[in-house]
Amino acid sequence: MNAMLLIIRRDLAASFRAGGALLPVAFFLLVATLFPFAVGPDAQLLARTGGGVLWVAALLAALLPVERVIAPDRDSGVLDQIALRGVSDEMLALAKMIAHWLGFGPPLMIATLPAAALLNLSGETLGRLEAGLAIGTPGLAALGVIISAITAGLRGAGALAGLLMLPLAVPLVIFGAGSLGEFGGGGLKLLAASSLLLVAIAPFAAGAAIRAGRE
Amino acid sequence: MHGFANPARFLGIAKPLTPWLAWGGLLLIVIGAIAGLYFSPADYLQGQSVRILYVHVPAAWLGMGGWTGLAIASLMQFVWRHPLSGIAARAIALPGALFTALCLATGSIWGRPTWGTWWEWDGRMTSMLVLLFLYFGYIALANASDERGSVSRVTAIFGLVGAVNIPIINRSVVWWNSLHQRPSITLQGSSIDNAILWPLGFTTLGFTLLFGAIVLMRMRASLAEIKVDARLKRMAAS
Repeated sequence: MNAMLLIIRRDLAASFRAGGALLPVAFFLLVATLFPFAVGPDAQLLARTGGGVLWVAALLAALLPVERVIAPDRDSGVLDQIALRGVSDEMLALAKMIAHWLGFGPPLMIATLPAAALLNLSGETLGRLEAGLAIGTPGLAALGVIISAITAGLRGAGALAGLLMLPLAVPLVIFGAGSLGEFGGGGLKLLAASSLLLVAIAPFAAGAAIRAGRE
Repeated sequence: MHGFANPARFLGIAKPLTPWLAWGGLLLIVIGAIAGLYFSPADYLQGQSVRILYVHVPAAWLGMGGWTGLAIASLMQFVWRHPLSGIAARAIALPGALFTALCLATGSIWGRPTWGTWWEWDGRMTSMLVLLFLYFGYIALANASDERGSVSRVTAIFGLVGAVNIPIINRSVVWWNSLHQRPSITLQGSSIDNAILWPLGFTTLGFTLLFGAIVLMRMRASLAEIKVDARLKRMAAS
């Protein structure tokens, strides 16, 4: 347990040194800025489609740090050192997942406030969007850790990570965007279900991938 | 199961089996296609366009069956480290992707006259499109790793994770009852009339045999490539 907290703290510190949440948040806000240019600044259209756009932006922003979650520690041998200390790979993957989520989840939820203003979202939509992001971003983090462990050490890992992660993230986006409507309770529950499932399998899948990557 | 771990024994069976599967499959496809085009009636509602069925259904079955086989092979590689399973999974990926794309294309062409749209974001179509992207991802991942012919254990994990999508595709028409019809052919029988149904058996079996032949050919090509590699290395060493 103690080792896990140490890994989380270390990962967070490393991510802050590397620019922290600035990259995903800036990217997220940029997408929110570009969208009105692309479809025209019609306030009603933006209010109707903005929530879904922010979900896609959140997904793309979650994809950005994926390359840095596992690969640097694997290349520098830190993962092996941690394994030698008796920390299981599953435990390590869990710690990495939590740190990865802390690195982009809450910052994105804060960045959603200005982005909602840019896209003319109503207060209720914003509330539903924040609730959906709070439930859905752990699922995105879980997926990110799995894909990060799978692509670590491969040629062209960055492009590959996108190709592998985006199809698997489709349910999160569908249910997340589905929870934005007036009767979005069902969508929110399904979002919670898929997010829970991903969080539950991520430590085992990513741990197995880390172990397999040693061979 | 491990009896076929020896490539020589596997090749001894795969080599004579390949032409039987390939030519038998092609023959059945031709019979099914001629029967489907000339000897089965047009649908009273859909007219001639119902004949797309004879390609669409086998393609869908092979697209989904392909990933199921890929996932089973991945499991065998991951748990028992069967030496041929990685080669099999990699051999399945490309024809699986091809048939998934064929299923989407024929479905789209079929949808235009009958539904009035090329594409609808319905559960079945969306999950099938996701399957196509999963195939692309798997192929890219397999190509990125250094294993020759086979795939790495990490790739096998992706094959297993991607299998989550298969039951979703299968149940999608029941869960989200939208434009795509519910299953017509179930264990309880078929709601398609026999006059239209029977050529489908020929094409489905034919495409399946052809799929098997393609997979065997690709596996043999991979094994040959590994052999050439090993021989070159031996020659360089001596």
